[in-house]
Amino acid sequence: MPLQVKRLLLAFAVFIGIMLVLKYFLTPDSWREYGAYRGKALTEISGKEAKYVEMETCAECHDTIAELKTQGLHVSVQCEICHGPGYKHADDPDINDLEIPRERQFCLRCHTKNMASPQAVIKQIDAVEHNEGEECITCHNPHQPWL
Amino acid sequence: MVVKKGNFNRRDFIKHSGMLAGGVVLVSLLNPFKLVFATKKPEGNGKWYGIGIDIEKCIGCGSCARACKIENDVPNEPFFFRNWVEQYTIMNDGQIKVSSPNGGIDGFKQPVPDEAIYKTFFVPKMCNHCAKSPCTQVCPVGASFESPEGLALVDQSYCIGCGYCVQACPYGCRYIDPKKGVVDKCTLCYHRLEKGLNPACMMACPTGARIYGDLNDKESGLSIFIKENNCAVLKPQLNTGSKLFYNALSQEVH
Repeated sequence: MPLQVKRLLLAFAVFIGIMLVLKYFLTPDSWREYGAYRGKALTEISGKEAKYVEMETCAECHDTIAELKTQGLHVSVQCEICHGPGYKHADDPDINDLEIPRERQFCLRCHTKNMASPQAVIKQIDAVEHNEGEECITCHNPHQPWL
Repeated sequence: MVVKKGNFNRRDFIKHSGMLAGGVVLVSLLNPFKLVFATKKPEGNGKWYGIGIDIEKCIGCGSCARACKIENDVPNEPFFFRNWVEQYTIMNDGQIKVSSPNGGIDGFKQPVPDEAIYKTFFVPKMCNHCAKSPCTQVCPVGASFESPEGLALVDQSYCIGCGYCVQACPYGCRYIDPKKGVVDKCTLCYHRLEKGLNPACMMACPTGARIYGDLNDKESGLSIFIKENNCAVLKPQLNTGSKLFYNALSQEVH
């Protein structure tokens, strides 16, 4: 074997050796637990706090409103869609109030007339013609709306 | 060029055939090392998440996009989204308008007069959680990966923020978080799933247009949704193995 090739092979061997040592020290513990990634990343991602607590938690205290809501058209509308995420409020309801949106514009996010919305699924109004300037909740109870 | 016949004798023919067969065997031996890979569906009882969106039920309220931003601390600027809603308007003259002002969070306005509209509908978009996702395959450091449940996730403490995956995703579902400098995307609210809660967008949908479920379980809501509706995925020609199934998807949507 020519001398150049021997030297080159030696250089390669040293290089691969260094790579193996680096790999040993730099590979995280949980690497390849499930695949070519850190297995611990899954627990890190799932450890995040959930902000929306969902209706069952709200109904533990607000049972009358929850009951009222099951009889109306807004039965499929979760409390937190309108009132915002409830994780702080559920933790300590005395300090952390939830928002109560009253303005007309808020209701119109869903109920303003738009041809793209399937008319069988949602009742919509022409915001210009339908009691302009009035707040919707003076006539409609948002927890049990009538038509 | 004239090919001279009779130049090859039997010995040459057998030699060339042998080389060819040997070459095929050699290439087939390399099969386990192929570069394009897909996460395998778990065998047995493992979950394999998919998503279903019913366009016929979407009213374009943007509750999903709003809930997602709040739940996952997505930056407020109107170009960072994990999910968003698009309004498609196909006019009588064949022109197609697509709008998504602030991802639909503030509601939609129809800019076209009703008489000029041929067809109009909303399309909610989010990560397709592809089984052969292009985004996880390009990651140079193994920070983007597919979880055993079939969710495309990002290990943010490992991501170097190079942005390859942002370009690789054909659905535009990734962005670089301006504060952290690393990539961020839909996790199907993995932290909520693990706690037994629904993903924020699914919870927030007032009409039940969005569902998710286990594709392995043929009794799950999603499996039944796919069975009973004529579902399609976005960009099927890219063979991404998308697991986001749309009911009533128009061919204009891309």
